[in-house]
Amino acid sequence: MPALPLDEAGKYVAGAYLVFLTLIVVYVAIIAAKVARIDRELTRLAEEDE
Amino acid sequence: MIATARAILRKDLLLEWRTKESVPAMTLFTLTVYVLFHFGLDRDALDGALASGVLWVTLLLASVIGVSRLFGAEREQGGIVGLLLAPVDRTALWVAKAAGLFLMLVLVELVAIPAFGLLLLGPGLGGALPELLAILVLGNLGIAAVGALVAALAAETRAHELIVPLLLLPLLVPVLISCAQATEPLLRQDAAAEELGRWLALLSLYDVVFVLLSVAVFDFLLED
Amino acid sequence: MYSKGLVPLAVASVVTIAAAMALIFFYAPLDADQGFIQKIFYVHVPMAIVALGGFVAGGIMAIKHLRSGDRSWDLRSYVAIHMSIILGVGVLITGAIWAKASWGHWWVWDEPVLVSFLVVFLLYCVYYPLRFSIEDPERQARYSSVFAIAAGAFVPLNFMAVRLAEAYTHPRVLSQTGGSLPGDMRLTFLVSIVAMTLLFVTLWKLELTAKHASLALKKLKRRLDARVAA
Repeated sequence: MPALPLDEAGKYVAGAYLVFLTLIVVYVAIIAAKVARIDRELTRLAEEDE
Repeated sequence: MIATARAILRKDLLLEWRTKESVPAMTLFTLTVYVLFHFGLDRDALDGALASGVLWVTLLLASVIGVSRLFGAEREQGGIVGLLLAPVDRTALWVAKAAGLFLMLVLVELVAIPAFGLLLLGPGLGGALPELLAILVLGNLGIAAVGALVAALAAETRAHELIVPLLLLPLLVPVLISCAQATEPLLRQDAAAEELGRWLALLSLYDVVFVLLSVAVFDFLLED
Repeated sequence: MYSKGLVPLAVASVVTIAAAMALIFFYAPLDADQGFIQKIFYVHVPMAIVALGGFVAGGIMAIKHLRSGDRSWDLRSYVAIHMSIILGVGVLITGAIWAKASWGHWWVWDEPVLVSFLVVFLLYCVYYPLRFSIEDPERQARYSSVFAIAAGAFVPLNFMAVRLAEAYTHPRVLSQTGGSLPGDMRLTFLVSIVAMTLLFVTLWKLELTAKHASLALKKLKRRLDARVAA
């Protein structure tokens, strides 16, 4: 398996690490949205209770 | 437990004998798939790896039909509730269903294998027979054990005809690999068993794991 | 209760990931054959190992659930499997990138780890339709646990079978995934695995906390609604 020149190889490696990073960030964003919704609901309930 | 299992098995076999639904359908299915492969691959005769692959993929796909229907009678007539009300050991139910599935597969293969020899196989089946029997027994055992488990898992879901193939086929990949690899050298022009022990050992391991697992876990299914 | 230790875990994850990255790009030597491409190995393989570990852990938690009847174990099992599936997507994509860069094709059947991973991934994808097509929550949890246990037992069996099969069609001349690594590569690899594991556990705890909060909120709402109605 011949080694690709660094500039070409770099794109693939960067792509792979980017996939990894994107997965983490998207996942955290989804959890963040969930937590935000919980927070909204709790505030609403607290207000109603008063 | 054995007595209960035998009773359930007898009921299932009687039902199948009277309605003659699953086994003929599965057998017909294998023959149809052979024809499909003939046209799809555009070949008159197969041997070696290709023959082995076609045979085992066909048998696996036919088993999906059998598994789908395994709890069919109970589902349609609300029989599961009836079985559960009786003080029946769930394991007996698994044994009966797995044994039934095993027998169905044997019956299908009694026709499907000779038919394969006639329709699609280049070299003859004769030399392969004793080893093929061993592979079939262990392979069928794996399919039966996993099939009964999957059938129960999918029995209560809404979309069970969809779930059964999606669950069953990946789980059977090790069976497919072992059986196809073991059968391949038997279906060559100069048939001779190669590495048979290794594949039979893997099949046995798979069978032991899934029989034990199913027996351990089946009590938690179909409970109400 | 799920969030205990979450912050220290998160900190540990960040530190280890940073360390791993530093090792990967500044310490580990270039591979003689594959050159810079081989660096993908440090993200692809740990992801695969941790994902498979997550599936097996999900199975073990499912066993705990069935034995104790405590539904919190089912929740833990669900989140572990859920996250392993997401990691699995990453494994397959980075695996494809690696394959394309190394062999020119987006998919190759040479790598038994990657191939067996595909089968495992296809199996676990059925977890969602199975789970969510069962309406009764108690039964849903029980059936999901049975699946998790069967699938967890399947993972090593499947790997064995695929590995044996590939040994015949694709003789493993070069051990891509582990085998005999030179010392500095091995260190980098180990740190990467630890980093990935810490990250997995951190995110697992995070999602568990969020899910639990959401469930507790639903319960609270029901209680308040009942009180208002009374």
